[in-house]
Amino acid sequence: MSQIPALKTTPLNAVHRRMNAKMVDFGGWDMPVQYSGILDEHHTVRNAVGVFDVSHMGEIEVRGPDALNLVDYISSNDASRLKIGQAHYSGLLYEHGGFVDDILVHKVDDDHFFICVNASNQQKDFDHIVRMNNMKAKVEFASDRYAQIAIQGPKALDTLQKMTATPLASIKYYHFTDCEVAGAWARIARTGYTGEDGFEIYIAPDEASGIWDKILEAGAEFGIKPCGLGARNTLRLESKMALYGHEIDASINPLEADLGWIVKFDKDGFVGKAALEKQKADGLSRKLIGFEMTGRGIGRDGYEVWLDGKPAGFVTSGGPSPTLNKNIGLCYLPLEAAEVGRTIQIMIRNQPVDAVTVPTPFYRRAK
Amino acid sequence: MYPENFRYTKEHEWVSVEGGVGTIGITHHAQGELGDIVYVDLPRAGTVVAQGKTLGSVESVKAVSDVYSPVSGEILEVNELLTNSPEKLNEDPHGAAWLVKLHLSAPDELLHLLSSADYQIYVGEKA
Repeated sequence: MSQIPALKTTPLNAVHRRMNAKMVDFGGWDMPVQYSGILDEHHTVRNAVGVFDVSHMGEIEVRGPDALNLVDYISSNDASRLKIGQAHYSGLLYEHGGFVDDILVHKVDDDHFFICVNASNQQKDFDHIVRMNNMKAKVEFASDRYAQIAIQGPKALDTLQKMTATPLASIKYYHFTDCEVAGAWARIARTGYTGEDGFEIYIAPDEASGIWDKILEAGAEFGIKPCGLGARNTLRLESKMALYGHEIDASINPLEADLGWIVKFDKDGFVGKAALEKQKADGLSRKLIGFEMTGRGIGRDGYEVWLDGKPAGFVTSGGPSPTLNKNIGLCYLPLEAAEVGRTIQIMIRNQPVDAVTVPTPFYRRAK
Repeated sequence: MYPENFRYTKEHEWVSVEGGVGTIGITHHAQGELGDIVYVDLPRAGTVVAQGKTLGSVESVKAVSDVYSPVSGEILEVNELLTNSPEKLNEDPHGAAWLVKLHLSAPDELLHLLSSADYQIYVGEKA
């Protein structure tokens, strides 16, 4: 008899259940999909502040004199340009140029990098990095050492500032600092997956529920709400942030995914460089583009996209945009058609429904 | 919460009948499970539907759910309110946010549906 493996849980699992979150199996993790409702949580993040448990995300640490050399070899962005206390988004690629994962690389010290990776890819990512480590860097699977909480929205800074003496306004976008939050050690990064200002904090797992409660307390005056993965997805889609398994996977490279900015061709050899150079010289066959439904219906993940009466691709992510009050999505189209202003059809339950390609991101916050 | 004069299905639809005309909707339990409803797709008046077959679909932010007809018949009227205000399904699923009215072609089918008490036991909302 085969047994269904138990779902993995974060240190905040009991908190979610106590707070009556609706829980779902998210890639093998028992995670909250919503608390008060996806629309309410979405608007709360856009207008005030929301807090998310993202402890399912993985962490990998690379240390030693060869740390930079290894990170620069496995990552498509240029880690040598990072200053201590700075982070950037990057691709962990295969030799053929497709994504192993998309990652956030933090430079903690000259000989120490901290990499945040996707929950369901963490073991694969770790194995990949270890396999590529033909140097003397030390690669550590560190996911068990960290819980992660995201505080996102225009009131995120005011909320978190009440819990730490460190002046948060001095942490620039995509920078981080190690400091105390509510008396506990924390790595505070000004990063996020919502398109709003905000922070992602890495803390010890046994501090997670105490800090979670204190964040809710600190944010109460701003109308803070706990948010689930449902709102996280609608928020990131409006901001056109890629989701592994949707916009990117092993069969898709960063140039196709409109992520050419994370590929630094001017740096020395990195995994995938040769394949991407060839792809660039030969020209792309397809590219990611945004669309907006013009007919009645919602184009969703996996629905077929038609162009000039023929199937041309699939929706990678699609759904309602609560901020814009439109139905939006992303899809791959043949390069010659991947331009703004094209009429396409999304097949919704065997009926073609009109949509038009539009500029992205769909939503950009006012600076 | 669940009117005594409605009949219910295990797929979480309800039907109430008056003078051979059935009004069909989804249950309070169903709207709660779906979350924020953002789109409702229903057949035109005149369409003939069979018991247990797809009547239409209801979409929440995250997902699409089929709605099955609790009884067979010809659609007489579709609730226009839901075209522009699908969120009414979250607010008043047993009242203003009914889906369709139809002329029952086989009223005996009602005998196989759940009573209010049985439905509440089925969804675990009654001690």
